[in-house]
Amino acid sequence: MRCGAPGPRRIIASFPSADPCAGPGTVRDRALTPWRCKTFPLYARLVRYGFRKHATYVRGALAGAFTNSVFGILRAYTLIAVWQARPGLAGYDITDAITFCFVTQAFIGPMQLFGGGLTIPERIRSGDIALDLVRPASLQLWTLAEDVGRAAYLFLVRGIPPMLLGALLFGISVPTRPGQWAAFLTGFALAVIVSFGWRYLVALSVCWLLDDRGVTVLSMVLSTFFSGMMVPLHLFPGWFGDLVMVLPWAAMVQLPTDLYLGTAAVADTLAVQALWAAVLLGLGALGTRAIRHKVVIQGG
Amino acid sequence: MARTYFLLLWTWTRAAAAYPVSFAMMTVLGFAIAAIDVAVILIIFANTTTLAGFSREEVLFLYGAANLAFTICDTFVSNLDRVSTHIKAGTLDTFLIRPVGAWIQLAADRFMATRIGRILQAGLVLGYAVSALGIGWERAWMIPVMVLTGIVIFASLWTIAGALQFLLTDAPEVVNTLTYGGSQLTQYPFSVYTRDLVKGVTYVLPLAFVNWQPGLYVLDRADPFGTPGFMRFLGPAAALVLALSAALVWRQGLRHYRSTGS
Amino acid sequence: MIELDRAGRSFKVKRSVVHAVQNLSFTVSAGEFVGYLGPNGAGKSTTIKMLCGILTPTSGTVRVAGLDPSRRRTTLARRIGVVFGQRTTLWWDLPLRDSFELIRHLYRIDRAAFAARLDELTGTLDLGAFLRTPVRQLSLGQRMRGDLAAALLHAPDVLVLDEPTIGLDVVSKASIRDFLLRVNAERGTTVLLTTHDLGDIERLCRRVMLIDHGRLAFDGTLDDLMATAPEQSSIEEVVTRLYTGSAS
Repeated sequence: MRCGAPGPRRIIASFPSADPCAGPGTVRDRALTPWRCKTFPLYARLVRYGFRKHATYVRGALAGAFTNSVFGILRAYTLIAVWQARPGLAGYDITDAITFCFVTQAFIGPMQLFGGGLTIPERIRSGDIALDLVRPASLQLWTLAEDVGRAAYLFLVRGIPPMLLGALLFGISVPTRPGQWAAFLTGFALAVIVSFGWRYLVALSVCWLLDDRGVTVLSMVLSTFFSGMMVPLHLFPGWFGDLVMVLPWAAMVQLPTDLYLGTAAVADTLAVQALWAAVLLGLGALGTRAIRHKVVIQGG
Repeated sequence: MARTYFLLLWTWTRAAAAYPVSFAMMTVLGFAIAAIDVAVILIIFANTTTLAGFSREEVLFLYGAANLAFTICDTFVSNLDRVSTHIKAGTLDTFLIRPVGAWIQLAADRFMATRIGRILQAGLVLGYAVSALGIGWERAWMIPVMVLTGIVIFASLWTIAGALQFLLTDAPEVVNTLTYGGSQLTQYPFSVYTRDLVKGVTYVLPLAFVNWQPGLYVLDRADPFGTPGFMRFLGPAAALVLALSAALVWRQGLRHYRSTGS
Repeated sequence: MIELDRAGRSFKVKRSVVHAVQNLSFTVSAGEFVGYLGPNGAGKSTTIKMLCGILTPTSGTVRVAGLDPSRRRTTLARRIGVVFGQRTTLWWDLPLRDSFELIRHLYRIDRAAFAARLDELTGTLDLGAFLRTPVRQLSLGQRMRGDLAAALLHAPDVLVLDEPTIGLDVVSKASIRDFLLRVNAERGTTVLLTTHDLGDIERLCRRVMLIDHGRLAFDGTLDDLMATAPEQSSIEEVVTRLYTGSAS
């Protein structure tokens, strides 16, 4: 796992790869600090584990794809009726509105919009969290890596089918310019991180609450309604509409979808998303410290 | 039967009431969840005056009527769709060793009185819409009939959903399309959907009788799809047929469990 | 009280058929205390599920208290008590007392009989200290005593126990064994018990049945069982011989 490891590992590593540790004998190989070398493959590996762990629940994911597709169809009809009444509303045409509907349905799995996806609450309740905290790796990054793997898997298995079905039944638009794809994929990646950042905070809150159901429900309300999953945030009236566009939940669904549709200013949108990702991860890091303090020093 | 059911409800409520703060919080949040759907309708009508030929108050009426039936079922029988959870945890057997039918026990299991907040919300919306539309008694008599019909239809769907979970242990989410999907479908006037879809949910899965057909009568409107007038009154019959089918499917599901033990 | 006549139960697992229980015949008379032994996966749980009517047999007949369990499941439920050691039949989030109260209604036990019975069980099982505690907060030993009381509140003729002493400490085991002996002796309740703890068998069971690969491998008294092996063998050695012997 360490870079420059002898044996067969070297042969594998000599293939062109995005791994910064790759390329034995290169300048980079020697210039990299051992910390970097050990850590990056660890988290890359965790991403893969997260992906594989969810791949064992393929039937559940397909069931989710089916459910998301059915609800997508029902939502699409409502949105079509709205845009028939008001063509060009919010700068969308009817195809954009339908595309919006199925892209956002595809986000339900990867962004885990109905909550959950993290095992932390169970581990806090069972006390196993103490084991996670004594590991010589950051609980937050560890969990993030696994969650990225989960999101990647769910996007493929649970996200793509509703979009294909939407394309088949109604016709949806697809980004044509490579720049639009790049912007969307970057925005999607940031959205996964924002979603993780939010759910991580919600998960940690279990540690301080006797009954976490309230927070869970509240989080579900916020991340379905204020993300644009129910209805595009552009339809929200007046100052309320402006406000919801800059909240973190918009960064999970509405902003990346606008990048997909090409209706948003790319740099501004990505900046808002990146800001929220940084803020939420920062708060998460503080939360991790607090929970470590609580578990290790106060003993749970 | 009924006594056992209400006793189970009462026991669960008492257990939950032991934590009054959680209890109050969950009731309020239940209300908030339900309010999302209304908020969506209001946001849509902030952008348009009619949706597929229906005004805001008419849509709220259709929504309120369907949602009242739905939230009542969601409160009183929705735990039927935890069958697969029970199978996976091995706890289904404990229902089967009791001298009372599994359906009653499962429906009442983990009853949450806090969901009453949602029923209240649906009732308020319906009440508002009826008074705003100025519906007189000569047509309003249909409203209780349609809500009762809706309750029977949704309860049957939940029963079918639970029964299907005996087969779909790995993918319990699929059955949500029946229950929550049925609720989503009935939130809007059926004129937003295509003719084929509406035919399907009229003649195959009788969701049209939850609020659309009887609702047209209450609103005194002709069916944009042109179904004859007598269809407005077929709700109770359709609900009865669905309920009988649901009972059969449930028995079949339970039989399947007892012959596979999985 | 329990009659199995060539009862069999097979499952389809990935296109092949697994016979969990086959051609199983035995009779347990009223008032007997029978230990039902077998290695893991031998078919013990399948048998128990057939006795309660949770599983329908694929062949042969099963009768418990004169009833066909799979057809008369809810009627039989009033005459049989069941305890699963691995999981509770009580309501996880409810205080023990509420669970009992529910059982009173579910089984339609009349109030006076219930009160008397609960008093008696509270005394013999020493439940008094945790009657108001939610089941999830009980220790395993307390929970098992609660489960036993729940299974006996309706005064069943037959008590079926699936590994009732699993995971318990020596003191809890001893108290549960004493209790079971008392129930059997004083009330004449027929008891069928599965266990991996041979101490349970030695202490409790006059008769032992051993099932392996879905078939009855031994049925007789504890003395008969001991006689199948050379003298001076311990019960562990005897059972090990039977388990490994019948497997080969």
